[in-house]
Amino acid sequence: MILDGKCPTGPIQQSWDKHRQEMKLVNPANKRKFKILMVGTGLAGGAGAATLGELGYNVEAFCYQDSARRAHSIAAQGGINAAKNYPNDGDSIYRLFYDTVKGGDFRAREADVWRLAQVSNNIIDQCVAQGVPFARDYAGYLDNRSFGGAQVSRTFYARGQTGQQLLLGAYSALARQAKAGSVKIHARREMLDLVVVDGVARGITCRNLITGEIESHWGDAVVLATGGYVNVFYLSTNAMGCSVTAAWKAAKKGAYFANPCYTQIHPTCIPQSGEHQSKLTLMSESLRNDGRIWVPKKEGEKRHPNEIPEEERDYYLERKYPSFGNLAPRDIASRAAKEACDDKRGIGPGGRGVYLDYAASIKRLGENTIRERYGNLFEMYEKITDENAYKEPMRIYPAPHYSMGGLWVDYNCMSNVPGLFVLGEANFSVHGANRLGASALMQGLADGYFVIPYTIAHYLAQITPGKIKDDHPAFKESKAAVENETKKLLSINGKKTPAELHRELGKIMWNNVGMARSEQSLKEALKQIPELREQFWKNLKVAGSGAEFNQQLENAGRLADFLEFAELFAKDALHRDESCGGHFRVEHQTEDGEAMRDDENFCYAAAWEFKGADKEPELHKEPLKFENVHLAVRSYK
Amino acid sequence: MNLTLHVWRQKDANDKGRLEVYQAKNVSADSSFLEMLDEVNEELIKEGKDPIAFDHDCREGICGMCSQVINGRAHGPQEKTTVCQLHMRQFKDGDDVFIEPWRARAFPIVKDLVVDRAALDKIIQAGGYTSAKTGGVPDGNALLIPKGDADYAMDAAECIGCGACVAGCPNSSAMLFTSAKVAQLAIQPQGVPEAARRVRSMTEEAKACGMGNCTNHYECQASCPKDINVKFIAKLNREYLKAMLPGNNK
Repeated sequence: MILDGKCPTGPIQQSWDKHRQEMKLVNPANKRKFKILMVGTGLAGGAGAATLGELGYNVEAFCYQDSARRAHSIAAQGGINAAKNYPNDGDSIYRLFYDTVKGGDFRAREADVWRLAQVSNNIIDQCVAQGVPFARDYAGYLDNRSFGGAQVSRTFYARGQTGQQLLLGAYSALARQAKAGSVKIHARREMLDLVVVDGVARGITCRNLITGEIESHWGDAVVLATGGYVNVFYLSTNAMGCSVTAAWKAAKKGAYFANPCYTQIHPTCIPQSGEHQSKLTLMSESLRNDGRIWVPKKEGEKRHPNEIPEEERDYYLERKYPSFGNLAPRDIASRAAKEACDDKRGIGPGGRGVYLDYAASIKRLGENTIRERYGNLFEMYEKITDENAYKEPMRIYPAPHYSMGGLWVDYNCMSNVPGLFVLGEANFSVHGANRLGASALMQGLADGYFVIPYTIAHYLAQITPGKIKDDHPAFKESKAAVENETKKLLSINGKKTPAELHRELGKIMWNNVGMARSEQSLKEALKQIPELREQFWKNLKVAGSGAEFNQQLENAGRLADFLEFAELFAKDALHRDESCGGHFRVEHQTEDGEAMRDDENFCYAAAWEFKGADKEPELHKEPLKFENVHLAVRSYK
Repeated sequence: MNLTLHVWRQKDANDKGRLEVYQAKNVSADSSFLEMLDEVNEELIKEGKDPIAFDHDCREGICGMCSQVINGRAHGPQEKTTVCQLHMRQFKDGDDVFIEPWRARAFPIVKDLVVDRAALDKIIQAGGYTSAKTGGVPDGNALLIPKGDADYAMDAAECIGCGACVAGCPNSSAMLFTSAKVAQLAIQPQGVPEAARRVRSMTEEAKACGMGNCTNHYECQASCPKDINVKFIAKLNREYLKAMLPGNNK
């Protein structure tokens, strides 16, 4: 089936404005008749719920954490892009659009990216109005810095805690609506099923994580803003609770999953120290502004980094990509680090690390300036590694960080299931095969503040509010199915804990479907994943019951979904017989190791229809057209 | 290293809690405190026992979810550190470690080390925001904010809402938490129009949630993993006084 993204036609500069004029509106007095369920309260979900509540809709928001303020958007460090051109260095909406399309290796939708670039400017204004303390210069104007994948300084930041400040802005807007009664927040709830009646999304089934009760909630529309799935690798930079569960449950109810194999490996994470490790910690990419990345030239070098003379160091990013240098995009920087380590020149325990060196910039700018810019990151690094990065170079290594794939949506952020909308990292639309730095925060807030309020109205204006409520048999069926699954998980009573099995899945994924993939490694993964899934259902051990606060049961449920999803992930990677962005197939590279796209055969979004856990999914294609940025070899040299 | 853990176990809010003893064996000095607990839990699950429930999520010191009183101190012995960023190299082989939940009337226990911190959300809902509608706001540079004020606001805004200040305070006061938000918004022009209403309603809400008042113990600052300064409480007090002056009806 050929999918239609419903992108507006005509000149791209007017596409979003024209579309906004053409969409239907809901009369203010009718808005309160509609109930919208918002699953997830991060940047996209929190901003969306607050804005929809403010417009007058009845909104119910759900999150698995104890408070909406804890969504993982809070951990984003570096910044948020906008095409304000305040530094007068030549930025424009077109350039931000261009950088994002190119950065995504021409696998994103042009119209969606244009809209993102266009509303980026409104986001900054909105956040300032909320009291977000962005960095300012001495005259009181907003300050900017540069970021990977761009040659202009368009990144707005709040120390190393930009995600935190933006999320708290959205959370405060949400708190205001909670007080006003337009949004009801259900904390410690996990969505475990999507309720679909006659092909239309009508509600969700959740587990109350404190009491264990399975609850039904009806809505005229369901919006998923549930983040990404890179915890499929077990070790990642995501929070422990991040999962594919909500998106996967929707996929099992008919929503197509697009481009699952596009995941981002972030180049600047703290290397793994041992088996006990539960997660990896990211160091902001902004560190690459002033830090220089290198490895020793000699194989198996054992000297302390400070004792290795300049001429025996290989500043490989500066050498290979002179015009972008240390600011090369994430996929390129990550792969270059892996190559250096594969070349046996990696440093630190296990040789899986490279140096990020501040000595030169401390000499040039002084320690105080560096402390001002990155102090909290240096402190965090010291807590984890017991090393002082002012005195010796940091050690970094790439780690799974962000998922560019997600549920398929059209230009209105609506999935192929009418009434089901998907925002932020949970959808697939704007990043293509690689996400540029400081653009995830931008997408979350763009979708939440400035896209969904318009597009959801267009849908709601065409339906009758409250037509199907939670007394419909479909809710009962969904509840029974969820209760059954819980019972099944609790009854296995085997020997392996969810964490052990998750670690095993992570190893399969990282070794075979990680930074570099081949037909052979993917086929190996596709052999091992179903075996592990079988083991899971035979040998899982979960203590306690379903009728209580039970974190092991939560972990087991999330892992069950990852085990099904991982297979689709590997299948997508196998079918995409080209290299692009974060999807690197070793069969497709140039002589000097650069990714080779195949536009003739793969210039499309791959949207998969779930047909059953042990059945072949069906592939639907949405062809991608590039009319404004011409398909070209992506070069950062 | 090997440690003896004394852990607060409590099935739910109605159960009577007690300290139980567990052995943590072969703990790596490089692992975090939560990773140490993960390993203890793995053992418990294998023995068919109920693992220790504790809150955590980002494990990089920013989400504010982790919340344990370790050896009598909120977030443990290391200054300016959340539990998830506390590493085992801070402990010695053979140590006894006492692990308890946040203690405050406003934070009822959910299970073991997990408490309900909804009171902090209620305080923010009482006025911890600017009433800016989405869209229709001026350009970001239309409001000039001196760097010093922006930095001051950011120092306050770094609060992660973990509740350690409440747990550490002998009065279970949420004054540091409340003051951080009040100060962040009162110093910036966007927050000024609602400043008086905000400080009145947020402090009233804290009281209604069962939080006490500040009597200058400074334990909140000592407990705070983000080093939020008590100077913001002074700022809150000033804002409160201004708000209570006759004729201030903002």
